[in-house]
Amino acid sequence: MVAFILRRLGVLGVILFGSSFILYNLAAISADPLQDLKLSTDPDRDAKILVLTRELQLDVPPPLRYFLWLRGVFGIFLGKPNFGTGRDGLAVIDSLALAIPVTLRLVAAATLLAAVLGIMIGIVTALRQYSRFDYSMTFVAFLLFSLPVFWVAVLLKEYLAISFNDFLREPIIPIQFIIGFGLVSGLFWASVVGRSRKTFWSTYAVAFAVSSSLVAIFGVTGWLLNPSLGPVVILVLSIGIAFGVTQISVGLGNRAALRASLTMAGLSVVAFYPVNWVFDNYPGGLNIFLMACVLITTAVFVGLGFSKVDRAPIVRTTIITAVLSAILVLVDKFMQTWKPYMETDAINYRPVPTVGERNDLLDTPDFWISSLDVLTHLFLPTLALTLIGFAGYIRFARGTLLEVLNQDYIRTARAKGLSERTVIMRHAFRNTMIPMATILVADFAGVIGGAFITESVFAWSGMGTLALQGIRSQDLNLLMGTFFVTATMAVLANFVADLLYSALDPRIRVGSGA
Amino acid sequence: MARKSKASVESTEVLSGENAIQNKEIEGLSQGQIVRKRFFRHRAAVISLFTITGIVLLAFTALDWKLFGMVKVPGWWKWTPEDLPELRYGDCPNDTVGCPTISLLPKFLGGQGIGLGTHPFGQDDIGRDYFALVMKGTQRSLSVMVVIGSIAATLGIVVGSISGFYRGRIDAILMRFVDFMITIPVIIIGSVVGYRYGNLGAVFLAFLLGLFSWTGLSRLVRGEFLSLREREFVDAARVAGATNKRIIFKHILPNAIGVIIVSVTLLLSGAILLETALSYIGFGVVPPDVSLGLLISQYQDSFTTRPWLFWYPGFFIISIALSINFIGDGLRDAFDPRQRRRISKKERQESATARKLAQAND
Repeated sequence: MVAFILRRLGVLGVILFGSSFILYNLAAISADPLQDLKLSTDPDRDAKILVLTRELQLDVPPPLRYFLWLRGVFGIFLGKPNFGTGRDGLAVIDSLALAIPVTLRLVAAATLLAAVLGIMIGIVTALRQYSRFDYSMTFVAFLLFSLPVFWVAVLLKEYLAISFNDFLREPIIPIQFIIGFGLVSGLFWASVVGRSRKTFWSTYAVAFAVSSSLVAIFGVTGWLLNPSLGPVVILVLSIGIAFGVTQISVGLGNRAALRASLTMAGLSVVAFYPVNWVFDNYPGGLNIFLMACVLITTAVFVGLGFSKVDRAPIVRTTIITAVLSAILVLVDKFMQTWKPYMETDAINYRPVPTVGERNDLLDTPDFWISSLDVLTHLFLPTLALTLIGFAGYIRFARGTLLEVLNQDYIRTARAKGLSERTVIMRHAFRNTMIPMATILVADFAGVIGGAFITESVFAWSGMGTLALQGIRSQDLNLLMGTFFVTATMAVLANFVADLLYSALDPRIRVGSGA
Repeated sequence: MARKSKASVESTEVLSGENAIQNKEIEGLSQGQIVRKRFFRHRAAVISLFTITGIVLLAFTALDWKLFGMVKVPGWWKWTPEDLPELRYGDCPNDTVGCPTISLLPKFLGGQGIGLGTHPFGQDDIGRDYFALVMKGTQRSLSVMVVIGSIAATLGIVVGSISGFYRGRIDAILMRFVDFMITIPVIIIGSVVGYRYGNLGAVFLAFLLGLFSWTGLSRLVRGEFLSLREREFVDAARVAGATNKRIIFKHILPNAIGVIIVSVTLLLSGAILLETALSYIGFGVVPPDVSLGLLISQYQDSFTTRPWLFWYPGFFIISIALSINFIGDGLRDAFDPRQRRRISKKERQESATARKLAQAND
């Protein structure tokens, strides 16, 4: 195993070397940093050209200059990498240090959302193959495939951000919207659930009633200006989550699991006030992390306490329930922050931003307000990237699950008399996850490319913006710095995908071939 | 012997209803005919085929364009992208200028009647006819797409088949090179190249982009060749004395053509999105030339007041990419030998009655 990993890392090094060599030479041939100076009428033009030539070592031919650049990069092993200086006078490594977290945040959020939503919808389309839902989701997936990301981004800016901000000034939801929303959501849920005509229409009616009345209540109570869930709603939702998670994870027949997760859901609500007290008095990421640790430990103990046999699945169910209900509490905290956030001068009741990765005018010591600011700024770019990305997941999850469902072991599982839930969740879904996990990791790298355009539309100062700036100002060091970081991430992601694949799929033996 | 096996095939056919329907359909047809038949059954693919043909015809007949840079083909539309007609104002809603005159709502439904008007897609800031601009942009984007697609397809197929067929050292070298290239995001290469050479014309830019877009296809073709060259029919051909050239072109390539065609269609839709994205961030087609991505980037600021400047180019990009994706999907289904059509209830009943009749006759 160690030999395998070392060998693969060596190959990765070679690949990085090769690709950076190609790009360096390509960019060096394409860009002429002296272009501006050559055209200028400055009297000491020649002197400036000489200075710049010496500074950027332009007298060395590109293939050799590459090795000068590479020498700086090898500083990584000594603890002080040197990516050279950008033409704006800043060290490239400093610009990168600012840009990397910005891009990572965007890419991670978008990949995660796209994967979760895409896999869920993909699985439903596969289970309802050749249904109307399947066909319409296929169409939606193809449509999203064909959308240029910048076009979507501009549309989202215009319709979601600006119109929604305008709407918030007078948040009265028109009756047409309430009915239309109900109709659409009814259609969605009915086609997800419905098999016979009767279930289709009853689901339709329930979904229509629930969603349109929810929207109406939101409108009447001014919920959008001052949203909150409160302990009661959290309790109801947590109980729903407990039932849902238990059903999907082990089946409602498993009483111990149901009791454990219901207890955990109840505990999350009991903890509501103490947790909020901690949120208010000791804000910060570290404390949230510590509380999450406490939560998971409690969930493990509750799970163990309720189970006698078959403990692992029950503990798993309890943990999932606990995490989901805790997320509800966290969401509620952010909802409570919404009103103070909107009232700050920098926001002034226009909460959905269209540019930047944070509001520079927002000068607040409050942890929650600044976190909410980061979240609202993440909203539109993430949505744009998610919309484009999740089409691929729908198609891939659908295809993989259909393939798995055709396997002999699925037929065997059904023939044994296992319930449909067990067949789908335990036999089919798990095997679908093997290729999905690797795609997910590899896609993480692919999304970075898409993030370049999104960043430029939303004026985020991330890696994409840096790279484009590098190209525009013919700044080889800056371009190569960003490329080196993104390429390393991409290559490492692929490496992790390979490892994951061999870890998940026992049929693939590490160290053979490769 | 032959008689007997045929009889046994028939008996299994009679026994399994669905297969009977499927097999009856492809009886006595060549591979090409089967593929064509399956493709034309894919409704979305056929609609897409018509759409893309329509768009190509519309774009290339509306305006003048030069065939191979020499022969001038005249267009039927009254304006050209260079014309500067007077900017219409006064008859537009919300005090905007140069709104579209196209009207699709007939008079009896309260509309203006179906007609194009003088400027169906409206006019831009200085009064240029937007229909002409969009058509010009569509021409550019389509030709860029075709050039990128054909160069990348040629390179990908040649490199992939050489390394898959000959294996060994040449394969190692080529595939290492592909590994290197795949690591560089195509948007970065495109930007680097486009920034420098975008002003040399759209076709030249497309040529360069094509040189960098073949890597994914070549990997796929290589994989296909690697598995096909181990098959018995290749051994048989070799024993019969076929040359490498003959084996590649007559035996392996026709078997790989399904995979190749499908991924080339994906390459095409990727190419049009790449070109528009590059033009949007300013590294692709540059003014005074026109492309769909460039139009969107030029007029995105006027979206609030004059949204049509944004909608029409976007509509054409999406229609082209969507149609190509659907055609690719149709082709994938058509080439997939495992592909089974859903048998409708009616057909199943018919086959059941036929089976009963056959049994009664026995």
